[in-house]
Amino acid sequence: MNNRKNTEAERLTFWEKMYIPEIARGLGITLRQMFKPKDFVRQYPEQRWEPTGSFRGRPVLVEEDGGERCVACGLCARVCPALAIEVQAGETPREKERYPEKFEINMLRCIFCSYCEEVCPEEAIVMSKDYEIVYTSPQEAILGKDELLVPKAKLQDRLEFLRQYK
Amino acid sequence: MSDLTFTLIEFGIKAAIIINIVLVMASVEVYLERKISAWIQNRVGPNRVGPMGLLQPIADVVKLFMKEDLVPKAAFQGFHRLAPLLTLAVAIGVYAVIPYAHYVNIGERTVYWGIAPNINIGVLFILAMTSIGVYGITLAGWASNSKYSLLGGLRSAAQMISYELSMGLSLLGVILIAGTLSLNEIILFQRDGWYGLRWMVFLQPVGFLIFLVSSFAETNRTPFDLPEAEPELVGGYNTEYSGMKFGMFFLAEYANMATASAFLSLLYFGGWSLPFPEFWDSIGLIEGTWSRALLQFGSFFVKLMIFIVFFIWVRWTVPRFRYDQLMNLGWKVLLPLSIINLFVTASVIIFFGL
Repeated sequence: MNNRKNTEAERLTFWEKMYIPEIARGLGITLRQMFKPKDFVRQYPEQRWEPTGSFRGRPVLVEEDGGERCVACGLCARVCPALAIEVQAGETPREKERYPEKFEINMLRCIFCSYCEEVCPEEAIVMSKDYEIVYTSPQEAILGKDELLVPKAKLQDRLEFLRQYK
Repeated sequence: MSDLTFTLIEFGIKAAIIINIVLVMASVEVYLERKISAWIQNRVGPNRVGPMGLLQPIADVVKLFMKEDLVPKAAFQGFHRLAPLLTLAVAIGVYAVIPYAHYVNIGERTVYWGIAPNINIGVLFILAMTSIGVYGITLAGWASNSKYSLLGGLRSAAQMISYELSMGLSLLGVILIAGTLSLNEIILFQRDGWYGLRWMVFLQPVGFLIFLVSSFAETNRTPFDLPEAEPELVGGYNTEYSGMKFGMFFLAEYANMATASAFLSLLYFGGWSLPFPEFWDSIGLIEGTWSRALLQFGSFFVKLMIFIVFFIWVRWTVPRFRYDQLMNLGWKVLLPLSIINLFVTASVIIFFGL
């Protein structure tokens, strides 16, 4: 096509080619920017961000009436695209009869896709608001049941969100 | 006390003070750079280390010292080590001829502020030293034995050569008018007339603009920071440097920025000269007293800081030039312009006198 059109020399006006006025204009813009209040900055460790219910943080198990909701059906482990979840079922005298003897999520594999939450028939695994996820060793990143269980009261936002939009 | 011992002590003290000032200035500049860039980008900037983050530069230096000093196996060891030293030494050496204020009388002796402010080749000395600075960078690029470093070093050499020409030619206008290469005499010329405001910037506005642009190129600052060009060249000539060797390049860059600012304020804005010298004489602050000298230093320092802030401000405003644009600007615009400027200045001096 016509490549010779729209060259730099044709695009710019005389004063733009002189650089100086345009640079002065740019300097004016940055000068104005300098004295604006810095409203967008959050002083992080002191001022934390509170995510809304739609936030997908660390996946956790819902703890209800002193035990997990999970019935160890293994759907989450089946659906997990990153193969991060491992479930082993066991028997329990409680009403639901099954419970996970072992429930592990490898946080190094987890990609926060929330498929596990979506597929769960018992609404037992949900994404929490926890976004400060730091480990010092690969072993530490494999979370067992004791670290995964979170009381239902703390997950209210997410559960309400799921009820509304899932 | 004999003259010799007095001179030795005087210059020893001066050298110690000046080197410390240069290094402290560099850390102040780093702090300013981080703060101003943050403000321009709607951020707050460093505010954790010390009150308002004022101790941030110290934390940075400590970090640099603690870091492992890696040298690439294929690098030319000796030159790789020499390059940052050369760059920093040259950057600090320039300060030998910069006058910080006029003089003070101690007893019968006159002590000038600056190591050799009256040397009659002051301007030439600074030009020579700043062009040696390019050796350090080119050497670093070559000795690292890395393509990114080499490209950065080559760019730096080409850029410095291109812009040194117009820089020198634009300076000639100032030298023609003042009739001297001595920095103190150029300042005295600017002081003695128009109530102490016969600043070269009013006599040589075009020359000032050319010099300003060239000094941006000389100090490798944006918009001419092609030797470093992070997005294209990783880190340019300092890609293969770590720890305090990188720190020395870093220091040298900021020292060079301060040099350029000092040079601009000396040559075009009257340096240490105070406006309305008669007024200061009339209230008893005569030349040679400590208070007058401190005022003069204040005047110089304020101008210096204004230029440093300007350098930083421009860095965070203007994007980097493309390489062909850089060469176009240097050879096709600034060089002819500075020759015309020199020609007009010389004609005016010949036909109309000063």
